[in-house]
Amino acid sequence: MSSPDTNTMSIIVTKGSLDWAYPPFILGTTAAAMGLEVTMFFTFYGLNLLMKDLNLQVSSLGNPAMKMPMMGMHMGMPNIVSAIPGVDAAASKMMKNLMKKKGVAPIEDLRELAVEADVRMIACQMTMDMFEYGTEDMIEPLEIGGAATYIEVATQSHINLFI
Amino acid sequence: MADQVLDAKGLNCPLPILKAKKALKSLEGGQTLEIQSTDPGSVADFAAFCRTTGNKLVEQSDTDGVWTYLIQKAG
Repeated sequence: MSSPDTNTMSIIVTKGSLDWAYPPFILGTTAAAMGLEVTMFFTFYGLNLLMKDLNLQVSSLGNPAMKMPMMGMHMGMPNIVSAIPGVDAAASKMMKNLMKKKGVAPIEDLRELAVEADVRMIACQMTMDMFEYGTEDMIEPLEIGGAATYIEVATQSHINLFI
Repeated sequence: MADQVLDAKGLNCPLPILKAKKALKSLEGGQTLEIQSTDPGSVADFAAFCRTTGNKLVEQSDTDGVWTYLIQKAG
C-alpha cells in the first residue's frame, strides 16, 4: 500500500481532555486524507480517548488561556470557581454545545474516520496496566505496544508529533 | 456538470476535506467532484489537499459565504 514516496506520520497522544482530543484526531485524519500513513500512539491520559463510551471533559482550572465566547465577550473563569463541584461538568457541556452550534465534528466521528482511514491505533501497554484499563472498554481495532514499538514507528516516520 | 456533488455546508475543518477524500475514493480517475462548503478555512485547505494528493482543483468560486470547488480525481 505504501510506496517510497508515501509520507508517514506518528503522533503520541498523551492527553485525554475534550480540548486536547482535537489536535491529534484532526491532524491524524487530515494527514490520512492527504495520503500519509498515520500511526497514533496513545499513552497516559491519551488512553481516555480510546474508550468506547466517550464522555470527554474540559476544565478551566489552571487554563488561563481558556476564554469562552459569552454574552458578546470572551470570558475566563477564576480558578476557585472551577474547584466547585459540577462546574467542570457544566463547562464541558457548554463547550460541547458550542461545538455543536459551530459544526465542529464530535471526537467520536473523527475517531471513526481515523479508523476507517486505516490510521494505526496503538495503546501503551505500560500505562494501560498502571491505570488498570482493559481493552474490552476500548475501540477496535487496537494494537497494544510499548515504547520500542513506538520508536520503531518513529524512526520510519517523516513527521513525529508529541501532543 | 460534476460526476458527484458533495454538500459540506455547515461542516468545519477537517470534515470538508475528510468527506471529499471519501467521495473521491468512489470515483474513477478523471471524474469530477463538486464540493460546497461554508468553511472559510476550506479555501487554503482544498488548494493544499490538491497539491499534496495530485488531484486537480479545476475551479473554485464563492457566492454569499458558500465556496464551491470542482476537483478532478487524478489517474
